[in-house]
Amino acid sequence: MLKDERDFRILNFDGRFDLEEFSKTPAMSPFNDKVIEYLDALSSILRGNHEAKRFPDVATFSFYCRKSNLLQMKEKFENGRKTKLGRGIVFHVAPSNVPVNFAYSLLAGLITGNSNIVRVPSKDFEQVEIISDAIIQLSKQECYSEISKRIALVTYDRKGEATKLFSSICDVRIIWGGDGTIEEIRKNKMPARSFDIPFADRYSFCVINADEYVLDKSHEKISRGFFNDTYLMDQNACTSPQLVIWIGEGGNVELGKEIFWNSLYKIVKEHYEIQPIIAIDKLDNFLNQVVEIEGSRLIPGVDNLLWRIEIDKLNERLDSFAGKGGYFVEYHAKNLGEISSTVSRKYQTLAYFGFTEEKMEEFVSKTFPSGIDRIVPIGRTLDFSMIWDGFNLIESLSRTVEIWGK
Amino acid sequence: MSIEFLFKTDPYSMGIEEKESFFTPCLRELTKHHYQNCNSYKKMLDGLQFEIKKDFQYNEIPFIPVRLFKNLDLRSISKEEILKTMTSSGTTGQSVSKIFLDKETSLNQSKALVVIVSSFLGSRRSPMLIIDSKSVLKDRNMFSARGAGILGFSIFGKKVCYALDDDMSLNKERVRQFIDENKGKNIFIFGFTFMVYQHFIKELRKSDLELDLGMGVLIHGGGWKKMQSESITREKFKDELYELCRIKSVHDYYGMVEQTGSIYMECEKGNLHASLFSDIIIRNPDDFSISPIGQKGIIQTLSVLPKSYPGHSLLTEDEGTLLGEDDCACGRLGKYFKISGRIQEAELRGCSDTYVEG
Repeated sequence: MLKDERDFRILNFDGRFDLEEFSKTPAMSPFNDKVIEYLDALSSILRGNHEAKRFPDVATFSFYCRKSNLLQMKEKFENGRKTKLGRGIVFHVAPSNVPVNFAYSLLAGLITGNSNIVRVPSKDFEQVEIISDAIIQLSKQECYSEISKRIALVTYDRKGEATKLFSSICDVRIIWGGDGTIEEIRKNKMPARSFDIPFADRYSFCVINADEYVLDKSHEKISRGFFNDTYLMDQNACTSPQLVIWIGEGGNVELGKEIFWNSLYKIVKEHYEIQPIIAIDKLDNFLNQVVEIEGSRLIPGVDNLLWRIEIDKLNERLDSFAGKGGYFVEYHAKNLGEISSTVSRKYQTLAYFGFTEEKMEEFVSKTFPSGIDRIVPIGRTLDFSMIWDGFNLIESLSRTVEIWGK
Repeated sequence: MSIEFLFKTDPYSMGIEEKESFFTPCLRELTKHHYQNCNSYKKMLDGLQFEIKKDFQYNEIPFIPVRLFKNLDLRSISKEEILKTMTSSGTTGQSVSKIFLDKETSLNQSKALVVIVSSFLGSRRSPMLIIDSKSVLKDRNMFSARGAGILGFSIFGKKVCYALDDDMSLNKERVRQFIDENKGKNIFIFGFTFMVYQHFIKELRKSDLELDLGMGVLIHGGGWKKMQSESITREKFKDELYELCRIKSVHDYYGMVEQTGSIYMECEKGNLHASLFSDIIIRNPDDFSISPIGQKGIIQTLSVLPKSYPGHSLLTEDEGTLLGEDDCACGRLGKYFKISGRIQEAELRGCSDTYVEG
């Protein structure tokens, strides 16, 4: 059954791809020297590519997969456990609208010792081409063949049978792309022991301690960070804050809001262009929200670039009204504890300013929120980590062989 | 404020200022009516911090996106008063707009349509050729936009003939017979733009059938969205109709199920006109401010008719340009404009896939 290759196209094999053989390739041990050399070579190609310099996301990726970073990760991972192996075959379903995600997904699969089938984004992104070209270049070098043969970058018509075929042979399926994609992909059966790592639709938020914020001197830097957290991905990334929670003394909160939004607006005005349909989306989203969540008020703004919606009470349904392209709900909370009961399983990233790490730890360990998978300073919500969306990718993509002594 | 006088007035007879003198009070009253009778609408206006007690102008009235009627059931009448529910013709699987009509609004819609269309067709009823199949009217309970359009326009015709069979094939014999029977008479031809193109023009192109509809007036609507992929311009559409069957008089109209009745007709000069029943405002997508003549933007439509549901001020997803006021070469007063098409769908970055297969 593993022969119908007409349904898909492998980018990094020259017409001699054999899925049967591919599926029999043994797993390797995580962080083995060969894979680290390979990824470092990939990093070198990307860093030497002039085209790539135009894309900060490609640059960040190439920095992430250089040898020294991988060795650091290896050190953390090993902790004396030497009997780990990759799970086998990882089938990565990358989202169609984020260019570099497929590369991180592949990296996670490779570094843990697996063979990887990667469905690359269907839209034409230069970043995808740059990274794919680097992988193709490496596939022609004999010294990397042990790794190259464990990578299959595929493109195919989504209506075809390819998803079914790849699902039927994989050990782990990583599904990016949100609830709709997950539902569709899950219609395709996997072997009994295989499992999904699904990246579902999520809701993220931000908390600012106004008492600290008004005293701070780096307002522009914070706004720049917040801009990257949100507008850089049209506020459509699962990590992009939707809700901004202010904590602190009333006067400070008022002043904080004024400084924060004004300084953000300046950056947005300079760097962001709003698509007409997004302006309608904001109005539509707001009017739907206001019908369901009473007391939502639109704060009159200069234009459609930045919409602020004030609420008097936190509401469990807020996560149904995630906006796009600069739509922020704002709330003044008495303290961190007040937030906790509203935080549903859908909440993913909490960006913060003006709190200590200890304070955040205390918030989680004392108030038991149902959601929240990561808590990071404002400006770092998009930073990739091997613990993503609550899944430890390194642990999930490898398995432990238990060996007992006497 | 009663709108009765409008049914006895030439719909293109007032200049901007004269029109505003009744249009603003009328729309203001409608806004207050919906604010009091539709709880969701009240919440929206309160959320927008709109001052309902102020003496606002008609261009200050909040506009609600047409797609809101898909998610929410918006009405200013009780359940018992619903006479019929109109739905937009969304493709299968998509959600459709639901528009709730009572007797009064429904009647006013028909009356407004009569006033507007008779100013183009004349008040005498003519034999009518419908470029569609009769089966589109089957479900009388849920009125589709196409069905409602056909029924609405049927009042201008007598001896109605449907040109298409149930399988949407052109019944040439029936059409030829209809033309023979009505030689020398004015004929009213009606259809949806894409249907006219797909099942009439294209079929006639293929066949050697010679039809003489020289006395015919074609009114068509429904939008050019599907036509863009066929890359056919308005000019070519008209030229082909003349070449294939001698139709000289062709009028497109712009309308939507959310504001049935107060449609915008295309004049002899090819411009769309606002009648006294409605108005358009072009909004700048950057800040929703009013765009001046000649500047493209999002089309807001206002209508004095919707009383049973809060649809008197809507933000469409169409882009257009105001061409002028009171000075169209065709002689009609009021605003005239052109439509450039649907607003482009969003190209978004982000983790949630924009492309969901299925």
